[in-house]
Amino acid sequence: MRPLIEMRSIQKSFGGNIVLNGVDFEVLPGEVHALMGENGAGKSTLIKVLTGIYERDGGTIVVNGREVHYRHPKEAERDGIVVIHQELNVIPTLTVAENIFLGREPKIGRTGVIRYKEMEQQAASYLRRLGMDLDPRELAGRLSVGKQQMIEIARAISTNAKCLIMDEPTAALTEREIQALFSVIRTLTQQGVAIVYISHRMEEIFTICDRISVLRDGQFIGTKRVKETNFDEIVQMMVGRQIGERFPKRRVTIGEERLRVERLTKKGLFENVSFSVRAGEVLGVAGLMGSGRTEIMEAIFGARPFDEGDIYIDGRPVRIRSPRQAVEHGIAMITEDRKQKGLVLEMSVHENLTLPKLEQLATAGFIQSSKEWDVVLSLIHLLNIKASSPDLPVKALSGGNQQKVVFGKWLAMNPRILILDEPTRGVDVGAKKEIYEVINELAAQGVAIIMISSELPEVLGMSDRVMVVHEGKVQAILENDGLDQETIMRAATGGNR
Amino acid sequence: MMEAKRKWDVKKLGPLIGLFLLCIVLSILSDDFLTMDNWLNLLRQVSINALIAFGMTFVILTGGIDLSVGSVLALSSAITAGMMAQGINGFVAILVGLLAGMVMGVLNGVIITKGKVAPFIATLATMTAFRGLTLVYTDGRPITGFASDDIMFQMMGRGYFFGIPVPIILMLMVYIALYVVLKKTTFGRHTYAVGGNEEASRLSGLRVDRLKIYVYALTGTLSALAGLILTSRLNSAQPTAGTAYELDAIAAVVLGGTSLSGGRGWIFGTLVGALIIGVLNNGLNLLNVSSFYQQVIKGAVILLAVLLDRRKEA
Repeated sequence: MRPLIEMRSIQKSFGGNIVLNGVDFEVLPGEVHALMGENGAGKSTLIKVLTGIYERDGGTIVVNGREVHYRHPKEAERDGIVVIHQELNVIPTLTVAENIFLGREPKIGRTGVIRYKEMEQQAASYLRRLGMDLDPRELAGRLSVGKQQMIEIARAISTNAKCLIMDEPTAALTEREIQALFSVIRTLTQQGVAIVYISHRMEEIFTICDRISVLRDGQFIGTKRVKETNFDEIVQMMVGRQIGERFPKRRVTIGEERLRVERLTKKGLFENVSFSVRAGEVLGVAGLMGSGRTEIMEAIFGARPFDEGDIYIDGRPVRIRSPRQAVEHGIAMITEDRKQKGLVLEMSVHENLTLPKLEQLATAGFIQSSKEWDVVLSLIHLLNIKASSPDLPVKALSGGNQQKVVFGKWLAMNPRILILDEPTRGVDVGAKKEIYEVINELAAQGVAIIMISSELPEVLGMSDRVMVVHEGKVQAILENDGLDQETIMRAATGGNR
Repeated sequence: MMEAKRKWDVKKLGPLIGLFLLCIVLSILSDDFLTMDNWLNLLRQVSINALIAFGMTFVILTGGIDLSVGSVLALSSAITAGMMAQGINGFVAILVGLLAGMVMGVLNGVIITKGKVAPFIATLATMTAFRGLTLVYTDGRPITGFASDDIMFQMMGRGYFFGIPVPIILMLMVYIALYVVLKKTTFGRHTYAVGGNEEASRLSGLRVDRLKIYVYALTGTLSALAGLILTSRLNSAQPTAGTAYELDAIAAVVLGGTSLSGGRGWIFGTLVGALIIGVLNNGLNLLNVSSFYQQVIKGAVILLAVLLDRRKEA
């Protein structure tokens, strides 16, 4: 079969810094081809070279048997190569059909008047073809992230796309939405559309992809058929070394009860939530997105009001009405959305690291520079944060290092209770393991840890007990002793334990 | 990384370079421009806008805006002048005037944080209301001839200290104090953090609402101080004083390179920005450019500065 896209010996450097060095990458029609590598390995640069955002320094790109030199993503789109970005480009105030046909609306002559009926019918036919359950007249903003993503896919298909490049397509999707996405992907590949699938999630890649290509430090390491490889081999290709066990073991004696929550209720979000966490324990929290798991934790952290219920720390009842009071009680929360809620992106690494405890590093409001730097340097060392300077804006760091800064920010205040919401989202394999080690180290120091995660292997690998939340209620609290994914999934989808 | 840092420094110097070029051109075009007398006069004029703009810098750094500064200036001036006209001691009247400015700022801050009203709308409303109160209080007439014998009040606008006009000294003192606050204190760091990412700051345990109220209170107080200088110089409190001053203050902040979306900026830039506007006003007057054209030129300069800033960012 003739490849749809053939990239050979691609070279690219930025100011003497070689980012891509002799990379080969080919995509066949109708295949799902995973592009893997740690953050900074060159995946997104390769895609940008392909779609004409960057000009290549060397190598050839052949599309449909013809050598191409795109200068703009629009030119790549004309050849059917469309990128579906992580940050969706859907306009929330327009309808599904309006979004699909944005800029290409069928009009009456040259008047600019849109033929709505025709547009909606066409949109409906695309949606049907892709097996998507969407009303063309629904406002996009009312839809979940997963369905908004469907709009983008439908838009691409309506322009006759031959190859969809998906960058972390499942990062914000619920389990159910992921299944829906996979079924759309299967429909597309049957129609000969190729998918380039960029993701850190191994399980998904082994479920949906046909082949995997791995990049490391700008080098092409190899392409493997999924059927002929395994998890460990791919990880080794990505990190260039044996990473050892995926979830490091910890040896901790679990201590006294730290946090107890009783009958916590917020109408419409969650009700009657009761659980406890002990010192040195990791309580995993599983549940579908939208199950209320994040909202429960936000309520405990004082970031969201609740109607009823009691919170006890070390057996004593506490009133927490703001994040500030939570911090004063030794609670820290690492939010799932680090860019919106975790970091001040414009500020430097060092300013972010000391933000929650700045007042303790100041005398009469004046920041004690030497004290501050002691804290900053020890955190950078402790967490192995890779930044060329602590004065670098945090937005210049990779996802994994940004997440380490978020961790460092809270470690600085020596929390006694740590709530983690998706602590490894968008973080590559190597950095993931470092984060797991930090979590274990904290547990060993006697911190009580609550970890929300959508990745079931992570929940199983890290937790002592697992709390499963379904539609705002605690469906089950399970000892992690021979526990498997199916049991958790069954509870998370409302089945009995 | 080193390169990134250097680039940033050059970018920061932009406004300063602009100011120097402006001064060079004006000193060639006008013999009077580079005289000591002219500069003391220029700086004294600049001080009023600069004081307001210093406060505005904090407000804009938090991602807000304060349109009410001109009205705060007028109402607090009228209060001080009114008290002195009734024979109340100048020192007390000054303190009450400053306090009035602070209270108006606190009110802005409370409406914005507790009432969750967008700063633009909140201060647009108080701008109108404070102006109305000024007109009510003064009955629409200027308050004059009240301070002929109060040394302290006269000093504020007309006094000299070692040959330097008092308004300039006040401006520099406030500048140094606020520079230190922004650079060295938790209050300064928190100001940047709130403007950079309010939600992340709140979740980091910062008292976001309180910080914002302080910031608007600071701007209110500085507007009142600017008003007292103006009133002292004119020896009269005009009910329409300070009209459209918010625009010059915002222009100074923006010219100095502070981002209107918050979180990025510096107060030195604002000082330079205020000087650019002052030098431009002064130079165009010296060159006898009609006041109508002056506005056109000022607008063009602001636009040019912002466009140059954009290009550097791209």
